[in-house]
Amino acid sequence: MGATFSVQMLNLARRSVVRTLRQPAVVVSSLLFPLMFWGINSSGLDAASRIPGFPADSYLDFSFAFPLVQAALFGAVTAGADLARDIETGFLDRLSLTPMRPAALLSGMLMGVVALGLIQGVVFLAVGLAFGVHIKAGFGGMLLIVLFMMLVALGFGSMGAILALRTGSGEAVESAFPLFFVAIFLSSINLPRDLIEADWFRLIATLNPVSYLVEGMRSLIISGWDPRPLALGFGCALGLIALTVAGAAAALRTRMARS
Amino acid sequence: MSGGAGVSGRGSFGGFFSVAGAVAWRQVYKYFTNPAFLAPALFPLFFFVAFAGGLTRVASVPGFDYEPGYTAFQFVWSLLQAVALGGAFTGFSIAGDFESGFASRLMLAASDRRGILLGYVVASVVRATATGTLVTVVALLTGMPMSGGVDLFGLIGLALLVNVAATLFGAGIAMMLRTQQAGPLIRTPIFLVLFLAPVFVPLELLSGWIETVAYLNPFTTILTSARGFLAGEPTGVLSAYAVGAALVVALALWALYGLRRAERSA
Repeated sequence: MGATFSVQMLNLARRSVVRTLRQPAVVVSSLLFPLMFWGINSSGLDAASRIPGFPADSYLDFSFAFPLVQAALFGAVTAGADLARDIETGFLDRLSLTPMRPAALLSGMLMGVVALGLIQGVVFLAVGLAFGVHIKAGFGGMLLIVLFMMLVALGFGSMGAILALRTGSGEAVESAFPLFFVAIFLSSINLPRDLIEADWFRLIATLNPVSYLVEGMRSLIISGWDPRPLALGFGCALGLIALTVAGAAAALRTRMARS
Repeated sequence: MSGGAGVSGRGSFGGFFSVAGAVAWRQVYKYFTNPAFLAPALFPLFFFVAFAGGLTRVASVPGFDYEPGYTAFQFVWSLLQAVALGGAFTGFSIAGDFESGFASRLMLAASDRRGILLGYVVASVVRATATGTLVTVVALLTGMPMSGGVDLFGLIGLALLVNVAATLFGAGIAMMLRTQQAGPLIRTPIFLVLFLAPVFVPLELLSGWIETVAYLNPFTTILTSARGFLAGEPTGVLSAYAVGAALVVALALWALYGLRRAERSA
């Protein structure tokens, strides 16, 4: 086992992607559910685009960030549950007996999450464009949206990894799903913050980093190249990644010391 | 299984009610000794907070004319969601009882197995009363006005019909599949019916495919009427109760079919 770290990581990333693709229920639900919710939300709230001061002509465009962020969340739960299964089945313990570096497992798994984010980003953009979403930032904006989605997937995926490594239980990771869901809905996902009337809700949405991720992606769709939301969005995504990857690495060290 | 006195329809009238009472009592005892029984209220509460808090401005859309305001508008949907999910969770309990083998033993012992179904429905109503009360208390604490007066009983009646219909739907699936893996098959259609209705704005403000689907969705009739009761302006009462009753009758037949399938395989 003289492979370098990068080879180990790529092998484990491949394993992670293949394992995900071999679970059609996971792939379908991670694509279908966000699209379904988007379809229902964007149609049901279409009248909201008539609120004075609403920043987009169509609620379909405004709400397109919703499936992107929700899909990243699904990816996090899937990745976390897969890693927890590796712990439950003893794969991680067996890995610790080989020269393979545990960090390769974490990096490989996270690369798998990023790959899933890439697939989801491309699929959602294709579906969105087919249904009439207009991306004001053009083709470059679309590329940036996919990159954004991969970063968000990496951030959420690392969060799933922390949960998996701390608890070692797939059930615990799955049960955290509603918390991620709450974080998405208590943000500016449905209305811009300046149109949120309830002060307490606007405060929560302002403190919630998900708002900035959503607003960054959304700005490319409805405003074009607007530097402020983009900087805030990318800043939040990178900050989230730094925090969660460091947390996952620390959790991995603790787990490996125990095994 | 078919050889005992417990074949559906052969038990005495008293047997039917004693079985129902025993099953209901067991279920209610299980609920109130486990805080997880409030789980069906969590999603509705969350959606209520997210929608009533975050979307209040939607009430300023031209044509939105629900007098009690957006919080009350969302409360009715959340309440009906809570009671419907209470029914779904009862379906999960039934599936769990089959998986653990308890339901098979229960069917052996029951003098009239239809009583089992009634027992689960009664327990579900008790559970829905608790979760519905919780959602109502939270809504009142957040400042929701209650202007319906005596009309509120109409809203409660519709909520009961929704709970019973959802319970019978879940029971039918759970008894046919007899595994907890039936969960998504119970939950997903109920979620779809709830969301493919005028959730955020009244039916008149919907457009496109969602307007057509919501118009055809029987739950829309119930939801619109329930909102009318809360506003103190009952509307479409007869049609809402007729739809609710029809759903209960149709889904009772569905649940009895599930029970028959469970009997055959037991």
